[in-house]
Amino acid sequence: MSKSNLTRRGVLKTGAVAGTSLAVPTIFTAQSVAAYTNEPTGGTVTLGFNVPQTGPYADEGNDELLAQQLAVEHLNGEGDGGCLNTFTSKALKGNGILGKKVQFVTGDTQTKSDAARASAKSMIEKDGAIMINGGSSSGVAVAVQGLCQDAGVIFMAGLTHANDTTGKDRKANGFRHFFNAYMSGAALAPVLAKEMGNDRRAYHLTADYNWGWTQEESIVASTEALGWETVNTVKTPLASTDFSSYIAPVLNSGADVLVLNHYGGNMVNSLTNAIQFGLLDKVANGKDFKIVVPLYSELMAAGAGENIKGVLGSMNYNWQLENEGSKAFVKSFGEKYGKPPSNSAQTCYAQVLLYADACERAGTFNPCGVAEALEGFEFDGLGNGKTLYRAEDHQCFKDVLVVRGAQNPTSAYDTLEIVEVTPVEQVTYAPNHPMFGGDEATLGECNPGA
Amino acid sequence: MDSFLLQILNGLDKGSAYALIALGLTLIFGTLGVVNFAHGALFMIGAFCAVTLNKLLTLSFETVDETKTDFLGNPLKVETPYVEAWFGPEFGGALIDWSVPLAILLAIPVMVGIGFVMERGLIKHFYKRPHADQILVTFGLAIVLQEIIKYYFGANPIQTPEPSALRGSIDIGTMIGFEANRIIYPIWRLVYFFFAMVIIAGVFGFLQFTTFGMVVRAGMADRETVGLLGINIDRRFTIMFGIAAAVAGLAGVMYGPLNPPNYHMGMDFLVLSFVVVVVGGMGSLPGAVLAGFMLGILESFASTTWATTTIPGINQIIIYLVAIIVLLTRPRGLMGRKGVMEE
Repeated sequence: MSKSNLTRRGVLKTGAVAGTSLAVPTIFTAQSVAAYTNEPTGGTVTLGFNVPQTGPYADEGNDELLAQQLAVEHLNGEGDGGCLNTFTSKALKGNGILGKKVQFVTGDTQTKSDAARASAKSMIEKDGAIMINGGSSSGVAVAVQGLCQDAGVIFMAGLTHANDTTGKDRKANGFRHFFNAYMSGAALAPVLAKEMGNDRRAYHLTADYNWGWTQEESIVASTEALGWETVNTVKTPLASTDFSSYIAPVLNSGADVLVLNHYGGNMVNSLTNAIQFGLLDKVANGKDFKIVVPLYSELMAAGAGENIKGVLGSMNYNWQLENEGSKAFVKSFGEKYGKPPSNSAQTCYAQVLLYADACERAGTFNPCGVAEALEGFEFDGLGNGKTLYRAEDHQCFKDVLVVRGAQNPTSAYDTLEIVEVTPVEQVTYAPNHPMFGGDEATLGECNPGA
Repeated sequence: MDSFLLQILNGLDKGSAYALIALGLTLIFGTLGVVNFAHGALFMIGAFCAVTLNKLLTLSFETVDETKTDFLGNPLKVETPYVEAWFGPEFGGALIDWSVPLAILLAIPVMVGIGFVMERGLIKHFYKRPHADQILVTFGLAIVLQEIIKYYFGANPIQTPEPSALRGSIDIGTMIGFEANRIIYPIWRLVYFFFAMVIIAGVFGFLQFTTFGMVVRAGMADRETVGLLGINIDRRFTIMFGIAAAVAGLAGVMYGPLNPPNYHMGMDFLVLSFVVVVVGGMGSLPGAVLAGFMLGILESFASTTWATTTIPGINQIIIYLVAIIVLLTRPRGLMGRKGVMEE
């Protein structure tokens, strides 16, 4: 007769340990045998593309996804190679990344922070994604960046313009190629001075959330430095659809410039309403009334239609740029999809190539090695001209475009025209700039996850 | 004073949309007793009738202009609308220019048809079910409809401009004795307000002065008795559902030039319109119209700089605040009938 050592207490203890192990997300346990999260072991490596596939920015998300798919093709040696032919780093050979074929999974951010975190988490835990790229909102970018930091994967942000992404919320595992609100202000200011003079009175309508606040702060600082006076700054609810109640007071406020710190549907509607109220036909303080939209995108410009004619704004990239990298990307994207790329598409394409290139140069997929390879990396040939990935805050520094709604577009694609390419020196700031979290903002430690 | 008048105008304009949607909601609730959460989607489909007509009228054929190039450096393909080729640039151009008002002609049969299909195909099966079931099924339907629109038209807003003759703004101030440039208001917003008034008057006139309307009103008051008199009240109520859908659709058609339509615009109005109905009194048509304009005006004033600096966030809560006050002091709403939704 055998004696059993099974006791009630023993069973409970074992059960508790087993239960805890099962309850801990695989993200924090499965890699315990690997050197870092989702270390690729087979012949493939998986990238996670987290873009808005539903919701108000679905069209922008779709454009990002097209660019990401194109980047994967180019990395795997398919298609015409796109910017692999013009990229100044020659580490990528068109044979995947570190010899592994690149595959991808996609998630839907819905432009909601919780949904975006859930889809990123799923791609990391279930699909083994080693890097997350994409998105069309600063709230989403900050949320997903935090998740990637905790999970131990690299986050290559998509369209995110708030200062905080690489400011107070910067993370060691997060990298932003897109420009930011401060850069918009710094790039626009000289053009505004040249076109509108130094004696102007500005009225701001600002989307009432993080991105709107940082943009307003940046534009107010830049324009007041020119000598402009800020008449009023009015916050508008993000859910607003009709801005007539906010536009009407502008007429008699003494302002002669309206700055719309809006994006997406907010921007399309507020600009349409401002034009309906005849602001651009008005003369105030003896000057022609002007409207400024600090952040433009091609899709928003298409939504605003004829209303954007003559209205100034800024962009990270525009397909009309004539450098070799831009020409190669536009040709590749245009021939495959029949339309020129948007600036959100370009930033996602560039981010995927930059990540892959950093892996090649580092000789590893380990996020800490990749981060080190990206920090301080100087490159050209991806469409924006010479660019630096600054080590201190993981922000790309490059020229910024000031654009204007075209007066006589010849097609649906040239609704914006480039007014000036503002040199990078003019938009550079200190890593501890007060708008970016000051001295307290730090990247923290790189997290490989294992 | 000029700012005050401007906000009154803005409020009447906002209120026009609220009143039209709430009027349709109330017609459906008053006749069929159904709480229709798909009503915002009907407003959105109306706006997309205008988008569709504009797209149909601008269907184009391509010619190649060798003197210009596209973004890839190939000869530029120039698109010319068929209507301009068929009817000449002047008349063809005018058709495209007036596509929004012309879309009314398309929207009426389309919306009445959609109303019939909705009522006969889905909603009639929920008459005897609790209001919660009706809300769930119509809300689900709203999501399906908006996803269909997004599938075909995309998520981006689509410009549907007003006719060029009605574009821009007019100086109302000088007409009523103010200085020039003090009260400037967009022409299309005034058109929208007057259009809403005509539709509202039309609906009330139809119910008040036609035999059909009289029967419907009798049915709303006592459905069973009207039925016992041998009148097929169900068929009349189905027609009223179609008319309510058309009212929402027409509100959407004419709204396009104010704010470019997108697939989500119905949801943006839905909740507010329900609040309007509740404040006006469930089942009360005059109440819906009155509450629509009242809440539109209050919302406009709450959005002024003075209001938002005095009470931050008042612009976002004013409508709900008023709803709470009205429901606390007069639970059946401003003009609600006794017994409706009170059991």
